[in-house]
Amino acid sequence: MAPMPDVEVFAHETLGKDLYALTFASPIDLRAGNYQPGQFLHIRVSQSFDFLLRRPLSLCYADVDQNRLTVVYRTQGAGTRRLTACKPGDVIDVLGPLGQGFPIRAQDHRTLLIGGGVGVPPLLELAKQLRASGKTVQTVVGFQTAGQLMLVEELAAYGEVTVMTDDGSAGTRGLVTTALTAELCSLADRYYACGPSPMLKAVQQTMRVRNVPGYLSLEERMGCGIGICVGCVHAVYRDGQLTNAKTCREGPVFDEREVVFA
Amino acid sequence: MNDPQMDVDISVNLLSLHLKNPVMPASGCFSFGKEVASFYDLGVLGAIVVKATTLDERLGNPTPRVAETAAGMLNSIGLQNPGVKRVMQEELPYLSRYRSLPVIVNVAGTAIDDYVDVTRQLSSSPDVSAIELNISCPNVKCGGIQFGSDPQMAASMVRAIKAVATHPVIVKLSPNVTDIVEMAVACEEAGADGLSLINTVIGMTIDLERRRPLLGSGAGGLSGPAIKPIAIRMVYDVFRHVSIPVIGIGGIMTGADVIEFLMAGATAVQVGTANFVDPLACPRIIDETREWCVQHGVRSIREIIGAAQPANGG
Repeated sequence: MAPMPDVEVFAHETLGKDLYALTFASPIDLRAGNYQPGQFLHIRVSQSFDFLLRRPLSLCYADVDQNRLTVVYRTQGAGTRRLTACKPGDVIDVLGPLGQGFPIRAQDHRTLLIGGGVGVPPLLELAKQLRASGKTVQTVVGFQTAGQLMLVEELAAYGEVTVMTDDGSAGTRGLVTTALTAELCSLADRYYACGPSPMLKAVQQTMRVRNVPGYLSLEERMGCGIGICVGCVHAVYRDGQLTNAKTCREGPVFDEREVVFA
Repeated sequence: MNDPQMDVDISVNLLSLHLKNPVMPASGCFSFGKEVASFYDLGVLGAIVVKATTLDERLGNPTPRVAETAAGMLNSIGLQNPGVKRVMQEELPYLSRYRSLPVIVNVAGTAIDDYVDVTRQLSSSPDVSAIELNISCPNVKCGGIQFGSDPQMAASMVRAIKAVATHPVIVKLSPNVTDIVEMAVACEEAGADGLSLINTVIGMTIDLERRRPLLGSGAGGLSGPAIKPIAIRMVYDVFRHVSIPVIGIGGIMTGADVIEFLMAGATAVQVGTANFVDPLACPRIIDETREWCVQHGVRSIREIIGAAQPANGG
């Protein structure tokens, strides 16, 4: 039997313009270790039926001692704006953590994390766990503009962070792939990337040239989050043929070798 | 009258099947059951309707395939499924562990011959209790809906299926027609054993930033509470013109919604979108349905089928 999803909110902070960090009691006992960075929480923004579907928000930080989870999200429509109304003490309906997260491989020593925009939050828990298992962490994050930066200082606690912006208003002007130089990549045994599809496609191409294996966390519009609606599929090449994998259940994290972009 | 200990019977008889309660998940909203089985014992369901099954594997439509709308959602999945052979080998046997759970297989296709072939194959399966003929999917080109909007074509389809089916045949009707009663009557006259209604209502939403339809295939099917009044009206009208059982579908989220469909004339109901919102929706809705009966002194839920019809004083 899956855990009942009603949990208490402990904190709801504004991190920047339209950017929020929501901390709530974990629906599962985190000490049992049954969660991975890169998994997501599927959250109802209200109990009414006007916003019907849950919002998939990636796990950003797990506080095992307090058994609390934090998600960081940007408001993108009326539904996520509704979510901003919830406050400490409120009870929210959370399913998860769901899906397949980022695997941490014993043989790796040096890891490279690549994030774009709202794809950055899951890298924080990932960086924490990679460091805890003794690996070095190098991070490249990209944003449209300085006002959209998030979690840069938090990520810097686990290793060097390179910031890229489209307009050059913070860090270096350019895309994340601009920062993925042969020199930087030669220092990585594996990469982990999360961001919008165009970024992931460019990262996949670049890192294949650099000959570094990695994982991609894909972004597709989700319905149920548990694999029954078949809404969030992404093309994968598997067992010698092209097929559609459910991002919510078989992903959102996939080995880059099987991910096919249009 | 409000005796909390009152023993109420919420079982119904549908075709040749005895359902321990009138609630079953709708096709396409439950996959083949395995995923939800990790949330609860599927044996509590009245029946299960599994995902639309076609002759060959279908990869489905381009993404985005789902979009939320006010009190509902649009989908354009496009009947993604592994094809009838793999459904029979890899999916249906799993459900046989739920001994008293009738399994209804939704059959879809693009031509009568495909439907007939799938039905013939399913007819040999010990894991199937009934066929639901999907002539109402709005999301595939030349895929079923042309059979679902023309009474003559619907009737020929039903006759062809009945000629090979060894199980009862339920026909799932589309709301995207001028007169659903005409469709219902045509299916009954052609030999349908039951009707399920409604499938989704064709709709569209526009992505303002990209200035184009949000869904990858343009239009999609609207479901959820937004369409419940449409479904209730159609069940209410169809009930009075046919003598075969009607299964009500459309935006059921609560036990009260189940009661509403039964009062309109449904013998049983299918729960669709609610499963996407809450994996535990069906058992909760079953509990709420029983509780409603207790609260209202209804000893057998069969008493209220069609209660809102004029002939019954409604």
